[in-house]
Amino acid sequence: MPERLTLEPVGPARFRLQRSGGMRVPGLVFADEETVAQLHEEASNPEAWSALRQVQNVACLPGIVGASLALPDVHPGYGFPIGGVGAFDLDEGVAVVGGVGFDINCGVRMLATQLSRGEVLDQVQSIGRDLFETVPAGLGSKGELRLSVAEIDHVLLEGAAYAVGQGFGLDEDLAFIEEGGRIEGADPTCVSALAKKRQFGQVGTLGSGNHYLELQFVEKVLDAGAAAAYGLGLDQIVISIHTGSRALGHQIGQDYLKEMADAVSKYGLDVPERELACAPIGSAEARRYLAAVACGANCAFANRQVIAHLVRTSLERTCGTEPDATRTVYDIGHNNAKIEEHSVDGERRRLLVHRKGSTRAFGPGRPEAPEPYRHIGHPIFVGGTMGTASYVMRGTDVGMETTFGSGIHGAGRALSRKKAAKRFWGDTVISDLAGSGVLVFAHSKRGVAEEAPGAYKDVERVVGAAEAAGINRAVVKLRPLAVIKG
Amino acid sequence: MSGSFEQLDHTADLGLRARGDTLEEAFRQAARGLFDAMVDLERVAPDRRHTVSCTSQTVEGLLVEWLSDLLAQKDLSGLLFGEFELEIASREDGFALHGTARGEPLAPGRHDPKAEVKGISYLGLRVEETADGWIAECVLDV
Repeated sequence: MPERLTLEPVGPARFRLQRSGGMRVPGLVFADEETVAQLHEEASNPEAWSALRQVQNVACLPGIVGASLALPDVHPGYGFPIGGVGAFDLDEGVAVVGGVGFDINCGVRMLATQLSRGEVLDQVQSIGRDLFETVPAGLGSKGELRLSVAEIDHVLLEGAAYAVGQGFGLDEDLAFIEEGGRIEGADPTCVSALAKKRQFGQVGTLGSGNHYLELQFVEKVLDAGAAAAYGLGLDQIVISIHTGSRALGHQIGQDYLKEMADAVSKYGLDVPERELACAPIGSAEARRYLAAVACGANCAFANRQVIAHLVRTSLERTCGTEPDATRTVYDIGHNNAKIEEHSVDGERRRLLVHRKGSTRAFGPGRPEAPEPYRHIGHPIFVGGTMGTASYVMRGTDVGMETTFGSGIHGAGRALSRKKAAKRFWGDTVISDLAGSGVLVFAHSKRGVAEEAPGAYKDVERVVGAAEAAGINRAVVKLRPLAVIKG
Repeated sequence: MSGSFEQLDHTADLGLRARGDTLEEAFRQAARGLFDAMVDLERVAPDRRHTVSCTSQTVEGLLVEWLSDLLAQKDLSGLLFGEFELEIASREDGFALHGTARGEPLAPGRHDPKAEVKGISYLGLRVEETADGWIAECVLDV
């Protein structure tokens, strides 16, 4: 039998996993009772993948600061749990491939239109169809931006700005992307030729799996001040683009998983699981890895930038809107490792913060937020399922104090893909959603079955737990009208 | 030779268990499982050939090398594979694999695409000889 792991309540929607075994810090889980029950059940089953054991394993890593964190959308990943956050001391700590994953800087870009729900309601079919035909998605799709060997390095160094320079999007988009759409420290020589070659045709493609593009409307305003700052109002039409760094990020992850696994034995690190391949932050291996992650992150920003441009061209065709009438609200990733400054026990410290299936969620006053949002904290995007709501939330002071300014990123899966594909049928999911006012355009019916709304936790519960814990605050609730899937 | 593969329940990703009466057969079934996660295997014609040569200090590492080489081809040459042959040699410093995969470029209308596999993780990575033959397991990030 596996060691019994028990979470103890320590506050509203807040539970502690006491230190045991090789844990250097406790685990701290932000979740509702139902999620906690599921975490306990997984952990007691030796046959199941367990997110709580992953929280425990992360707590064993050298140099971890504060606690090994899990947020309300937690579920099992590989290495870190999904919804997992780990911050590491720059001298004592490690960079962990499983703290970022294969889809480096997977994230969400939100575009706000000047259209209202009433203006588009009878055109959703044609708008959705045009978006589906305009934005490449699905297995094997190729993007608009074709690159040479030299050009791919520009994407890795310059991120979204490179795409804007090539005519994809607007200069003013850049100020509303995390890190201005370009993370410092990117070094293309740390990225393998194989990773670059795999990416040539993929900039500006959506991918598949849980990636999506949604046409949504603001159903409810929950925080009027923040909504006004973000320029969001009732019934407004917005577009959310969820995708990542595509094959480039996947190959960087694969390459460094191997390199860092070797580093574990080279540096004699005490690591509980092979899946937590890592290296001391100051080592050559970790420096190269973080420089490669920055490249992957910049590629993801460029990818979402190109797709944002395609969305604008599509809306111009179907709705007659000028490209500059569709504004970038924000663009933020949820698989990343970045050096940030945080207050720990009253002391300012620079830490390497890994967020796996968690978004940075900085509260009021942080200079990293775009200037118009700085007084309120920057927005974060919580993807629902195809049929349910999504949320725009924001960072809070409580989140800064307890989660290194981190937030939830989605509803979180409840069923495995295998179970979902058995339980749901793609055509039925599509017709059921059409009946409830959501048009689905998908390249893969099987993909739709795996991503059926019933395969996910209730997003309301996840948002509710984040609010109850005080780590994120809901700003607006969004409802989908059309969903584009790979 | 006989063998099989099956998907295992993993909430976010895709667990893969391949069995074979030899190590090579288990690796062959693992490759079939990898592409079955992305397309309908039976509809992939073996028209084009790709050769793989890889090495690793461990047999588990060799499984990751083999699968990630095949996976990269979907972006490099656009090929998806349905048939595989391979040999594994044990060496002083580990293991070496030489193999051939046969397939064709993705045809979305015919291949019934599913989700794209992003990578081969180290979670649950296991290659073992049991009383019932060889087992190769890994979790694919989807």
